[in-house]
Amino acid sequence: MSKLDITVNGQIHHLDVPESRTLAQVLRYDLGLTGTKIGCEEAECGICTVLVNGTPVNSCIFPAFKAQGREVETVEGLAHNGELHPIQQNFIEHGAVQCGFCTPGLMMTATALLNENPDPDDHAIKVALKDTYCRCTGYASVIAAIKSAASEMRGEGPLPVNEPDVSEPMHAISRSVPPQYVREKVTGAAKYTDDYFFEGMLFARTLRAAYPHARILSINTEKAKAFPGVVAVLTHADVPGDNLHGLVYRDWPVLCGDVVRYMGDAVAIVAAETEDIAAEALTLIEVEYEPLPVIGDPKFAHSPEAPVLHSKHPTGNLLKHIKVRHGDIEQGFAQADYIVEREYRTPTVEHAFLEPECSIGIPPGVAGHEKLTILVGSQIPYQDRNQIALAMGLPEEKVRVIGTLIGGGFGGKEDITGQIHVAMLAQATGRPVKMLYTRQESLIVHPKRHATIIRMKTGATKDGKLVAVEAELYGDGGAYASLSDKVMTRATTHATGPYVVPNAKIDCYAMYTNNPPSGAFRGFGVTQSAFAVESNMDILAEMIGIDPIEFRRINAQKVGTTTATGQVLRESVGLLETLRHVEHDMMPADGDFRWAWRDGHKAYAWGLACAYKNTGLGGGAPDRAEAEVEAFEDGSVEVRVASADMGQGLAHVVAQCTAEELKLPYHRVRVLLCDTDLTPNGGPTTASRQTFVSGNAARVTSALLREALTRSAAEFLDVPPETLYYEEGLLRHNGKSVELGTLVGWMKANGLSSKVRHEYHAPATQPLGTGGDMHFAFSYATQAALVEVDMETGAVKVLRIIAGTDIGRAINPLMLQGQVEGGIVMAMGNCLTESYIVENGVPWTNLLSRYKMPSIKHAPEIISHLIEDRVSTGPYGAKGVGEICSINTSPAICNAIYHATGVRIFSLPVDQDALLRAIRAGQTEVYTAWHDVR
Amino acid sequence: MKLWNHYHTPHSIDQAIALLNQYQGKAKVVAGGTDLIVELREGHHPIQEALIDVTQIPELTSLAADDNNEIYVGAGVTHSQIVKSAVLAARATCLVESCGVVGGPQVRNVGTLGGNVAHALPAGDGTTSLVALDAKAEIIMNGQRRVVPILEMFRGPGQSLIDSTRDVIIGFRFALCGDNEATAFKRIMRPQGVALPILGCATWVRLNPAQTHFEVARLSIAPIGPTPGRAAEVEAVLIGQPATDAAIEHAIETALQILKPRTSKYRATGDYRKEMIAVLLRRTLQLAVQRARTGQAVPEGIGME
Ligand SMILES: Cc1cc2nc3c(=O)[nH]c(=O)nc-3n(C[C@H](O)[C@H](O)[C@H](O)COP(=O)(O)OP(=O)(O)OC[C@H]3O[C@@H](n4cnc5c(N)ncnc54)[C@H](O)[C@@H]3O)c2cc1C
Ligand code: FES
Ligand code: FES
Repeated sequence: MSKLDITVNGQIHHLDVPESRTLAQVLRYDLGLTGTKIGCEEAECGICTVLVNGTPVNSCIFPAFKAQGREVETVEGLAHNGELHPIQQNFIEHGAVQCGFCTPGLMMTATALLNENPDPDDHAIKVALKDTYCRCTGYASVIAAIKSAASEMRGEGPLPVNEPDVSEPMHAISRSVPPQYVREKVTGAAKYTDDYFFEGMLFARTLRAAYPHARILSINTEKAKAFPGVVAVLTHADVPGDNLHGLVYRDWPVLCGDVVRYMGDAVAIVAAETEDIAAEALTLIEVEYEPLPVIGDPKFAHSPEAPVLHSKHPTGNLLKHIKVRHGDIEQGFAQADYIVEREYRTPTVEHAFLEPECSIGIPPGVAGHEKLTILVGSQIPYQDRNQIALAMGLPEEKVRVIGTLIGGGFGGKEDITGQIHVAMLAQATGRPVKMLYTRQESLIVHPKRHATIIRMKTGATKDGKLVAVEAELYGDGGAYASLSDKVMTRATTHATGPYVVPNAKIDCYAMYTNNPPSGAFRGFGVTQSAFAVESNMDILAEMIGIDPIEFRRINAQKVGTTTATGQVLRESVGLLETLRHVEHDMMPADGDFRWAWRDGHKAYAWGLACAYKNTGLGGGAPDRAEAEVEAFEDGSVEVRVASADMGQGLAHVVAQCTAEELKLPYHRVRVLLCDTDLTPNGGPTTASRQTFVSGNAARVTSALLREALTRSAAEFLDVPPETLYYEEGLLRHNGKSVELGTLVGWMKANGLSSKVRHEYHAPATQPLGTGGDMHFAFSYATQAALVEVDMETGAVKVLRIIAGTDIGRAINPLMLQGQVEGGIVMAMGNCLTESYIVENGVPWTNLLSRYKMPSIKHAPEIISHLIEDRVSTGPYGAKGVGEICSINTSPAICNAIYHATGVRIFSLPVDQDALLRAIRAGQTEVYTAWHDVR
Repeated sequence: MKLWNHYHTPHSIDQAIALLNQYQGKAKVVAGGTDLIVELREGHHPIQEALIDVTQIPELTSLAADDNNEIYVGAGVTHSQIVKSAVLAARATCLVESCGVVGGPQVRNVGTLGGNVAHALPAGDGTTSLVALDAKAEIIMNGQRRVVPILEMFRGPGQSLIDSTRDVIIGFRFALCGDNEATAFKRIMRPQGVALPILGCATWVRLNPAQTHFEVARLSIAPIGPTPGRAAEVEAVLIGQPATDAAIEHAIETALQILKPRTSKYRATGDYRKEMIAVLLRRTLQLAVQRARTGQAVPEGIGME
């Protein structure tokens, strides 16, 4: 311990802390200033940025004693006397806050910029924020917010918000209200799991497998147990209940006892007084292994030589064979004048949500909790509870899962990570236990987007009509099933693209391998198949000699189309509208449109692609959500659903539905999410389903509450109920009115309940292969990309994306636009920068510095049109948005690269090295990606 | 995870050396920590008994031109300070261009030129330009103060002449560009994977007083071998030649015959690197010639490449 004198946000501190501290640790642990977030501890993500003597630094690698005698500013110091700083205010106004985990870092970097440069342009903002990442927003709103704050600080007032046009705004629906918890997120008060501390809390770490595939011969924990400060060391033998978990198939050991199947497998867990002791104890656990042959790719997994990874699985390494059969494929191709057949490859992709996984377990009777309680930022709290209970051998009612704020999920926080481990350790030690993954651990452990190999054959007639699609997909499911079955099903059923295809034969093989498991990731398999579909569309268009836009228009799904799974689309098919808007915006003012042109060594070109994506679970799975809505005497209303808001904005959607039904001012609606004791089950936050399902649950339940309130008010005011109407928190009848709160008081006094609970059931769907409605709604999109290719270096830059997105109804236009922008930039990563590399089961991508996601410097100009083709069963006509915006960007960019260079990309991410060599050699096809550079 | 036990911030070189001696190999010099602390966390070095922070030593933080057209840049000067220096921007432009693309602002605000050299990567960006500038390093090695040519600082990939558990780089000295002289730096990155350049190239040229011919050229292309180096044969081809595109193309041909860049895994193929040698030599030489002729140099690509 040594003396550290620092000034933090104007306050002088004389601390007695170890010299080994980083500045981030002092701020978070010694000063309790948890607004400063930690995302990587590698100086890569920048979200830990604070100012030291006015200069932005990464506090995760900044030794605390380097700040000796200096002034430190953190997010907590931005607001003064409760009044937000213009940067904070403008981040809210411009919709620049989604999950909020990056927000403190972005705002601190922006603060330093504006101190130096009161009027920064886009370029200056991009330079300043280049290494401060945001995975949610796509940066456009961030740039707008900073410019507006600068204008306000110069005394010129804030800039107008770039709100998208929407039709028929209602009282609270189709209004850009601020998202819930946004004030907490900009002030640093928002609490994510790692921001919670409890008296006597222990810190836990996990021992991971030493091989991607090996038999465990022995585990010896004696030395670790004896290490001072270690409180518990647990292995498979200590799992009280069933040592398996899994969302679809229960094949994933809580702790491995006999075999490890990937490098992220957990072998032992340790709880200790400090993180350092827990980490040290891991090195003292002795595990003897017998290495086994490794399955490194899905095609090998399917071969007879491959070892069988899950002996209990009836079809061996074939996790699932998914089939779509439609029409007569041979006859279809017989009608074709043109046929194209190509093979495409997409890599494993990492979610890289900025908040690494964290769980806290609290034993019964501690910290005011009656039950075994788990705090976790999870996408599926009720399924967590179910899996924890099974592993703990407890009835579900004995376990409570409380969802904290989530620093991004994108599908990567659906599976169990530390939840069961902290439950076991809390139970074993009788103390609260926190398990925070390092970024490096997060990279190795959680399921990713499936790597795929897709062979796709498409046939069309000479007048441009699609007649047949035959496809074979291999998906690398990794070591455990996770959601592979569902994800690869979606890849398969969407493999015709959003087109009328009378004949289709599609086979998908989801395979077990020794790679990290694959699971849900925004786009849910459709991202991969769309790359193949939309590339083939452009190849065919060129063969036929037809404009690629016209080709898509001819074949576009419309009302009345039967999809390849046999579903007749009865309404809400906005594809042609999205195409029309995008095409319109691609046309230059003089009408002289060119797909491609050259300027010196730069080649420019447009490319276009379409997509569709189901809303909801579909396939016959019951899709429901329950909501509870309660009115209070202070005139406020609380709506409760156990659905997760990982930044995408579910909380404001349900609040808006409730405000709408009760014609309440939005700020009088509170939302309580994700507490298995207090909120009813909302099902998983996946498949773009929450706006539809939980939105509907909030809408219907609020309407039921309204009916109850109306009945009481009629009695209270002594007027007929049909004549009552709601206005700004009042119930009115001619001259008479009653405040909602007063009415609730009266109801209470008369023994009436002002609380309603209701379960909403989405329209029924049919399983694949049975025909009928596989899904209750589809969203549609068209995107055009304008790219610049440096013909001397092969470097690709995306300059502009025009997006038309049919989402039924924009419940919150500004936040929805944020979803679109964020989805596009994330998809640019999928196309241009991201690939998670595994070498025969061993992840090479074990550091964030080995995984580049788009930074603000990649952010293109985005022109977004929201198309609102209502779906009658959706809340106010809305369908899903989370994924549709992230699917066709990659093929749009690759189609543009083809137009610019004459070279077609068949393997993602685009490799400038191979692209340039192909240009030089006059080759027109590239089948390798950068991970093939060896 | 604890990565070091003690943290010292000496205010003189003598104090720093005394501290290093005291810890007998169990302490390391730290400047910005952008390499060292990240590597410590990755487990590349054992936990250090102490870190000796050299960024509060006046000799290491000064940046000053003298009357002889020479400039001294302390080893503890940060990349951001270099980027902000007007004299370097005008008269050692390549150094500003190379330090201006290191990491992002947070890394440049603490990362130092000395750290970049001591880290001894074959393609550290600041290093690439120091080589073209023909800098000399002032060091304390084995307790002795020495001045060594920059290229002597590198022993192998990641291996420096100095041992930072014992020695300290104090600073660098090099001539500023005068009349008819100019520099340029450019690099090629790949958008995927690790942030190490596929190729970086710094060029220094002096034209004859009539500005028609190359008088001298210094070319630093990296990575081309295990340590930073100069492309001497290519430089020789330029000497005395007309300062034209044709001469530059001729030099490029020579470079492509002589230099044999390797394929490195997940970074670049040898063939691509060859292409980039041509592109970067062309772009930097043309730019340097133009700067030498006009006497004007505005750094390009700062913060974005
Ligand atoms: C996100 C990120 C991006 C980066 N991008 C780039 C890039 O684009 N280009 C690039 O070249 N580098 C890059 N780097 C690497 C690094 O930032 C630079 O090499 C930087 O110049 C190192 O300086 P430092 O002061 O931080 O060194 P430190 O980490 O403090 O030290 C590095 C090594 O040098 C020794 N050392 C430091 N100073 C002295 C001295 N005065 N005397 C003796 N020994 C000393 C240390 O003991 C240590 O071994 C990046 C790093 C990060 C984290
Ligand atoms: S840069 Fe510090 S946490 Fe990522
Ligand atoms: S809002 Fe930026 S990472 Fe989520």
